[in-house]
Amino acid sequence: MTVLTIADHRRGDLRDVSFELLTAGRELADAVGTDLHAAVISGNVEEFADDLNREGVDQIHTVEYGEEFNHDVYAQAVTALTEDLGAEFLLVPNSVNGLDYAPAVATRLGRSYASDAVGLDYDGTLEVTREMYGSKVETTVEVTEGPFVASVRSGEWPAAEGVGDADVSAFDFDVDEDAVGSTVKGFEEVGGGDVDISEANFLVSIGRGIEEEENLELVEALVEATGATLSSSRPIVDNGWLPKNRQVGQSGKQVTPDVYLAIGISGAVQHVAGMKGADTIIAVNTDPNAPIFDIADYGVVGDLFDVVPALIEEFGGEPPSV
Amino acid sequence: MKVLVTVKEVATVEDDFEISGTEIEETYLDYDLNEWDDYAVEEGVQLAEAGDDVEVVAVTIGPERADETIRMALAKGADRAVRVWDDAIEDVELLDVETKAELLGAVVEAEDPDLVLSGVQANDDSFGATGVALAEEIGFQWAAVVNALDTEKVLDEGVASVRRELEGGVEELTDVDLPAVLTIQTGINEPRYASLRGIRQAQSKEIKPQSLDDLGLDASVVESSLDVTAMYEPETESDAQFLDGDADEQASKLADVLREKGVVGE
Repeated sequence: MTVLTIADHRRGDLRDVSFELLTAGRELADAVGTDLHAAVISGNVEEFADDLNREGVDQIHTVEYGEEFNHDVYAQAVTALTEDLGAEFLLVPNSVNGLDYAPAVATRLGRSYASDAVGLDYDGTLEVTREMYGSKVETTVEVTEGPFVASVRSGEWPAAEGVGDADVSAFDFDVDEDAVGSTVKGFEEVGGGDVDISEANFLVSIGRGIEEEENLELVEALVEATGATLSSSRPIVDNGWLPKNRQVGQSGKQVTPDVYLAIGISGAVQHVAGMKGADTIIAVNTDPNAPIFDIADYGVVGDLFDVVPALIEEFGGEPPSV
Repeated sequence: MKVLVTVKEVATVEDDFEISGTEIEETYLDYDLNEWDDYAVEEGVQLAEAGDDVEVVAVTIGPERADETIRMALAKGADRAVRVWDDAIEDVELLDVETKAELLGAVVEAEDPDLVLSGVQANDDSFGATGVALAEEIGFQWAAVVNALDTEKVLDEGVASVRRELEGGVEELTDVDLPAVLTIQTGINEPRYASLRGIRQAQSKEIKPQSLDDLGLDASVVESSLDVTAMYEPETESDAQFLDGDADEQASKLADVLREKGVVGE
């Protein structure tokens, strides 16, 4: 039995989740009583292997192939390595790239697949803790048939540290070029624009609670009265109400302001990933159980359409009628 | 050209709810079209509007109640629909990814589409895996988390030229050969509202029920390898200081906090 984790990297850097997976993998390997293997595919694999060589890792496998992620190559390499090692437990990141190959690998190997794990327990069988209904509930799911593939949510385990003494070896494997049907043409940064919200020290951020585009005027008046910078959660940008450069979150910008005032934002995990580094988080939301309050320093349980106009007046502004 | 769009009727939960065993009690649930699938439907309909002779077929796995949801896809412009259901599925608490991929795979075999569009994830069980697992199941190419698709290239060249939305404001530009499954991210387009005319027309469009038998599958396909053992509300870890009072009082206290933190002057 072996636990195998697959690293994630982009444009020359390993992503944090790669090291978090090592911690999750080590814990699972300890519970099972087995070794922890890690693999890295494409890019500068030798440099990556050095970096992945942290405490608790027994073996690192490198697969040299191209510079960047290609899901066909990953799916083939991960499948071949898992079979070669006879790895019972395959842990992959629940990242955008993980979403792009892990389900294919699970299907190819005929294995159970549990995604977006926030907890893993092993006591003869595996129990995966997952969230459902937009984080309103947690469930534990028993994987009744092993071996399995699980994808692991980033930010749930601490990154592995320390210097390890793992063996590093190249995994000898020929990619079937005929089965590579996708071609990565390049990358593009999106959402430059006029304002860099990652530089702001006071962000007023608006979410789905604003309901209608016309109501944005209210938040804009608050921004004007307080000298803040306006940002938002994903749905506002999806609706085209604000440009992409205003989006805070996993697929938007990471921000670290002195104060982050979240108005009508429920606090989905993808959003929180982008703003949890703020010094002070203040949340205004009608739902006292909204997950945003779990990370807030100050909370206002109330209707933004009542609280925001009053706040504008506090700073000498004139609330618009919305 | 034929475009198959997978749609899911998802359960949404009210702010206050109760859990009974490993399920949320039915009275606290509403049902709606999965948000991600709404964008996938729109993308399919836009392809049909841009090309000649493009048929859009919506497919769902769900009980008769799900007809209401799939009619929304029909009202927005899908040509017809397929609904997979069976008593054997009814008994399963949590359909695993493998099962969903096999059920939808059988529909793909019967329909033989050039392109399958699927939401990135469903906002109830949040697996985020069905589209890619389906592609693997049926031997199609795929791309996950797509937030732009070049319509002309799909129609004229048989290539899905896509942008994949990576973390941190970076997009990957990738070409995928057809036939392919694309998992569609929110924000790729602006989903239309169903017009009254569309809603009326949807009433006369076909929703074809398909049982396991109809699809040439046996009951073993729905054996799930995942078993829900517990469901609970996550413990609140909030140590937030709550600012009480009516809206004016709350605003006044909030203003004090902002002044204290030095981010707003008098």
